[in-house]
Amino acid sequence: MSSTIVPPEGLSFVAMHMSDGIVNAPTSLLFAVVAIAALGVCAWKARDELDERTVPLAGLVAAFVFAVQMVNFPILPGVSGHLLGGALAAILVGPYTGALCVAIVLVVQSLLFADGGVTALGTNITNMSVIGVAAGYTAAVLLYRLARRNGGVPVPALGVIAFVSAVIGTVCAAMGFVLEYAIGGAATASLGTVAAYMFGTHVLIGIGEGVITALTVMAVARARPDLVYLLRTNRAAAAVAA
Amino acid sequence: MTATAKRGPVFWIVFAAVTLLIAGGVSYLASSSPDGLDSATLMGCEVVETDGAEELTGSCIAQHATDHAMATSPLADYSIAGADGTGGLAGIIGVLVTVLVAGGAFWVIARTRSNRDIGA
Repeated sequence: MSSTIVPPEGLSFVAMHMSDGIVNAPTSLLFAVVAIAALGVCAWKARDELDERTVPLAGLVAAFVFAVQMVNFPILPGVSGHLLGGALAAILVGPYTGALCVAIVLVVQSLLFADGGVTALGTNITNMSVIGVAAGYTAAVLLYRLARRNGGVPVPALGVIAFVSAVIGTVCAAMGFVLEYAIGGAATASLGTVAAYMFGTHVLIGIGEGVITALTVMAVARARPDLVYLLRTNRAAAAVAA
Repeated sequence: MTATAKRGPVFWIVFAAVTLLIAGGVSYLASSSPDGLDSATLMGCEVVETDGAEELTGSCIAQHATDHAMATSPLADYSIAGADGTGGLAGIIGVLVTVLVAGGAFWVIARTRSNRDIGA
């Protein structure tokens, strides 16, 4: 046990995400490689998602995720949560561009606002950008297909899809942390305890995330349905086939 | 970034205004409690305040956290040089930086498509 007690980030001010030192150096390095590889793939694939309309939208979505992440909402006495934004970004601008949006937010927060460790960028990006988007967007696509099979998808139904996808994305992102803790965590607390606590709190955070995601996606879908990536998946499928 | 939508700029103005309002205003309403992840890392510890400084007693994951490498950033902890009440302004700066970095990155990515002209 270390005898020097270092106050962690996040006790008395707005802060979130993993700090440096929460997992050991090899684990941080491993997930930095994972994150860089994943973001490289995203940058390559995002070329098919980005056009003259989606470039400004994607820039704004990243800024919106940054803004909303500042607003921690209470979930339990003494415990808060904040938007992660993976499902939100992916539904609006596509999964690859969406993952890049969240990653850019995390980099800006870490380097400029000292929020989320610099060596923890790999783990934070893996969890919130890569896992959060992959899980959230996969859920959104499956639910959207299911809804379309049963007829049209009115805006409220899209809201429900966004809500459920956001809950799933949030919980899966939290499980990313549990995985990293299992691999190289400073083993103070038992893995089972950490996993159960992270799951429970992130179901609650996911509900808040779901509400924000649903409201945002519904607002954009009402104003400019042509801009919602998920609603354009037919066109995207055609482009892939071509 | 200035590619104009055919249907007018209202959507973009509203989206940008809402974003700035959240970062610059609503952020003051944010809960200051540790989030789900932070509180997980604090399990087993008690936060003791001594002379305004916070210390952790007990045994928890957060004790292994190290000082942030960017702790001396002028915008560290969502404030301007640590001044009270500047969180909103710091948030607005963050929004502007994010939109520039993200918009710039996406513009570059979109341009790498050889078979499409993006509004240059």
